[in-house]
Amino acid sequence: AAVPLKDMKLMDVKLGQLPTWLAMRDFTPGGILGAIRRGYDRYYNKYINVRKGGLGGISMVLAGYVVISYIWSYSHLKHDRHRKYH
Amino acid sequence: MLSRLLLRAAPAALRSLPPPGAVGVLHATRPLHTTQQSWAPLPPLPEKGGEVRHGLIPEEFFQFLYPKTGVTGPYMLGTGLVLYLLSKEIYVVNHETVAAACILSVIIYGVKRFGSDVAAFADKLNEEKIAKASAVKNEAIRDLETAIEAEKKEQWRVEGRSYLFDAKRNNVAMLLETNYRERLLMVYNEVKKRLDYQVAMQNLKRQKEQDHMIQWVEKNVIQSITPQQQKESIAKCILDLKALSKSAQAAV
Repeated sequence: AAVPLKDMKLMDVKLGQLPTWLAMRDFTPGGILGAIRRGYDRYYNKYINVRKGGLGGISMVLAGYVVISYIWSYSHLKHDRHRKYH
Repeated sequence: MLSRLLLRAAPAALRSLPPPGAVGVLHATRPLHTTQQSWAPLPPLPEKGGEVRHGLIPEEFFQFLYPKTGVTGPYMLGTGLVLYLLSKEIYVVNHETVAAACILSVIIYGVKRFGSDVAAFADKLNEEKIAKASAVKNEAIRDLETAIEAEKKEQWRVEGRSYLFDAKRNNVAMLLETNYRERLLMVYNEVKKRLDYQVAMQNLKRQKEQDHMIQWVEKNVIQSITPQQQKESIAKCILDLKALSKSAQAAV
């Protein structure tokens, strides 16, 4: 199965080929939108669009939101540290 | 997931097109419907979503680390990460941590206590929706089946067409026959009337001739009987009567 590098999935890419693989991805606005749409569809169809969905579906999204908002407000939280040197 | 499948199949479909220059005159047509995909019937929804452990981490992560680190690997990774974040104060412990702890404990208590009830209620709503939709579908299917039955009956009726037309033809033939026989009878009656008239005429004529002749003969005979002949015939009759009476007396 000689699949060209462009079409290989991320989990099959070897570590050394990673930069070339990353460079060959589609970075046009259409490509980025397509990637977002694919990711959303994958997540939606795996965790939410099922007969008996569980709590994990939205809780993972909320946890991701919490983490991202913590990262974005880290520059303010830096001043609340108890010790200056770690 | 399905759209990714479609996007994966697109280069395969494009590769199956003939190269643009090699077809020659017939370049307007290209093979359609070459992929094996079909959108109908839709595959049914999966029963359960992807497994998530502790509500936060997908099961695939645990399976990913299992060959190398066994069962406790991800938990050790989690513990190490937490300690690292705390010790380097990448995660700062302040008033927000207390608030987060309270909120999380309330959320977890609520989920543990009311989770199954809410799930049952949501399932009931889903069941009702599905029941309504499948009722409509079954109704439509039943209607179509009765329509099919009616159509088959009509097709069966069509086979009886020949009998119908035979009966009609018989009717028409019978009408024609009746008409013909009526006319035949009428003709016969008319002819018989005319012939009877002729016969009656002849009979009448003969009768009249006969009567006339008899009268004429009688008249002539009576005329020819002179009175003298009358007396002679009466005397002769008296003599014959006396002779007869004598023989009769002798017989008694």
